Amino acid sequence: MTDESRNKAGTSDFLTQPISRRNMLKLAGIGGIGALVGASGMGGVLALTQASGSGSMNKAGAAGGIVPFYGEHQAGILTEVQNHVYFASFDITAEKRPEVIDLFRDWTAAAANMTQGRDVAEKLANEYVPPADTGEAAGLLPSNLTITFGVGPSFFLKDGVDRFGLGAKRPQALSELPVFPLDDLQPEWCGGDVCVQVCADDPQVAFHALRNLTRRARGIAAVRWTQAGFQRTHQADPKKATPRNLFGFKDGTGNPDVNDPKLMNQYVWVQPQDGPAWLAGGTYLVVRRIQMRIEVWDRTTLRDQEDTFGRHRDSGAPLGGQDEFEPLDLNRKDKNGQLVIPATAHARIAHGDGQVKLLRRSFSYADGIEPKTGALNAGHLFICFQRDPARQFIPIQQNLAKNDKLNEYIVHRGSGIFACFPGVKQGSYLGEALFS
Amino acid sequence: MKKTVAFTSMLLIVSAVLFGCGSQPADKAAPQPPQESKPAGGADVSEEMKSVTDSYRAYALEQIDQFVQATESFTDAVKNGDLEKAQALYAPTRMFYERIEPIAEALGDLDPDIDARENDVPDEEWRGFHRIEKGLWIDKTTKGYETYADQLINDAKLLRGKVETVEVTPQMLVTGAVELLNEVSSSKVTGEEERYSHTDLYDFAANVEGAEKIYELLKPAIEKKDSGLSQEIEKRFAEVDKLLASCKKGEGYVLYTELGEEQIKKLSQAIDNLAEPLSNMGIVLEG
Repeated sequence: MTDESRNKAGTSDFLTQPISRRNMLKLAGIGGIGALVGASGMGGVLALTQASGSGSMNKAGAAGGIVPFYGEHQAGILTEVQNHVYFASFDITAEKRPEVIDLFRDWTAAAANMTQGRDVAEKLANEYVPPADTGEAAGLLPSNLTITFGVGPSFFLKDGVDRFGLGAKRPQALSELPVFPLDDLQPEWCGGDVCVQVCADDPQVAFHALRNLTRRARGIAAVRWTQAGFQRTHQADPKKATPRNLFGFKDGTGNPDVNDPKLMNQYVWVQPQDGPAWLAGGTYLVVRRIQMRIEVWDRTTLRDQEDTFGRHRDSGAPLGGQDEFEPLDLNRKDKNGQLVIPATAHARIAHGDGQVKLLRRSFSYADGIEPKTGALNAGHLFICFQRDPARQFIPIQQNLAKNDKLNEYIVHRGSGIFACFPGVKQGSYLGEALFS
Repeated sequence: MKKTVAFTSMLLIVSAVLFGCGSQPADKAAPQPPQESKPAGGADVSEEMKSVTDSYRAYALEQIDQFVQATESFTDAVKNGDLEKAQALYAPTRMFYERIEPIAEALGDLDPDIDARENDVPDEEWRGFHRIEKGLWIDKTTKGYETYADQLINDAKLLRGKVETVEVTPQMLVTGAVELLNEVSSSKVTGEEERYSHTDLYDFAANVEGAEKIYELLKPAIEKKDSGLSQEIEKRFAEVDKLLASCKKGEGYVLYTELGEEQIKKLSQAIDNLAEPLSNMGIVLEG
């Protein structure tokens, strides 16, 4: 949906609100117009910068790099993938529903503030208490910060206990994922009651957001696991080609077009008839922390690497093809009668019959070394969104786990499934329909 | 003994009061006094704070008196060669000190003399509780530790004299309560404080009690400003107390080494959950 695209960041909501000094400084920095800006609202500033004809205004950061927080759907799903992610899974430690509601109310306000480039909460005059905002994002551009929230199966039912009296509202589709063949999941990288996906074009802006949410949650929710991830930055790739994973191959080529609302309703957004009502306009997030056997991959021949993916490494085109986006010709055989795209190639298995799609929004991670072996601890933070995991991620992954040649080079270490709330309207809060 | 940075900042605050003019505690001690302090009703607030700081001073003196007494028994046991008794008295004795640790630490070189851990100071200067602790638990003897015992009781008495001179300020209390919990976070919950005896939970409990005492004294003032804050603080104290109670063993606590990983994490998070709202007690210092 284009309403989430950052090119349209200057919504009327944003234009009419009083401009904070901090935002003002940011804008001033971009356009070099500090001296010209009066005390009017944002609209005036935009008018000024647009009139100046500066090319920089067309770039993401031009309008402050702001993605609207309020809307029909949550941001961070169809939003153009930012350079960095901090993904966090939280356990709810509170026992009563009102406390959980308080948390989501507070997080809503906090996320609305931070994504719009403001402090997490208003500054305090008193110097004898710690500052409300932790401060490391002060003076930084909002950097297309998005914060996306969801709840996991254990939010509804944990160890057989319906903790918050919401058990009946748990959608059938929000069930723990089955164990797939070859899974080597580690409990410390799995599950969680709530997920928070923080994305931004700046790692410090992203960390700041997660840190402040964590701080505000103390006593109600505690971080269970967190993973930072990255993609190539937009600075490094101004043409915005499909990003490459750490195996050097393009990743995300087959994604459905996020600008096609029909496709998004078909593949991503939970529809009213799908139920439950509180999730209509929301989506299911599946996250997998996939470690890559980097050393093994690096000593694999180019031929084997390309056969593993079923694509050419340089162009991203299907094997035997020229263009990244040309359709996979799965029946084509070479002169020896062998399939050009091997039967076990990742692209073939993931493609299936071509009818099942999901929206991938993945990142790479690099976490130092494995202390035991000295091997690089790096991999793929696979994140995907879909309307129904039972018909999308699960069958695809069943198939991949059984047949994908890529399994020789990867191992799934972490996993989670979450139902991401629909978007928030101003005056409401995240998950209000679930709690009311 | 704790990290030098925090130690120094606390020292600066207190020494300003100790050696400066003692008649205007509230504003003098603050690093940057707020311009807008003392509006109408300010005199009222400071009257209230005066009684809070007086009460705390009395509490600190009571603790330090008990500390000297207990240290006397402990060091006597060491000097008499009674290993078992010395081991039994070690952790409970330290609790009196740990309850008022920020004050003790503010008193300069006495804290390292009494409470330095191995490698905190050059080996030839290392003395105090933890030196004796190593003897009692690693060497399993009191022999050769008599001199350290003599030094310790002398240092304890010196400290007693110095505490008498401390001017307690509201800022000090507000900061001190959080510092006590920071002590827990940085060394007790990691098992670093009592690395030979593993009696860290005694220190843990004492630090929390010391922070709770400060909260109790400030509570009426906090309630006037923000009753939600005091409710939250109390709830978080209750959660910590409940966890600590589950670690009780007889009169004391289980050894740190008996705690499971999950238990340690819970204790650590409960302290963070408490310290976050507790760090907002400074609202009582607003004009």
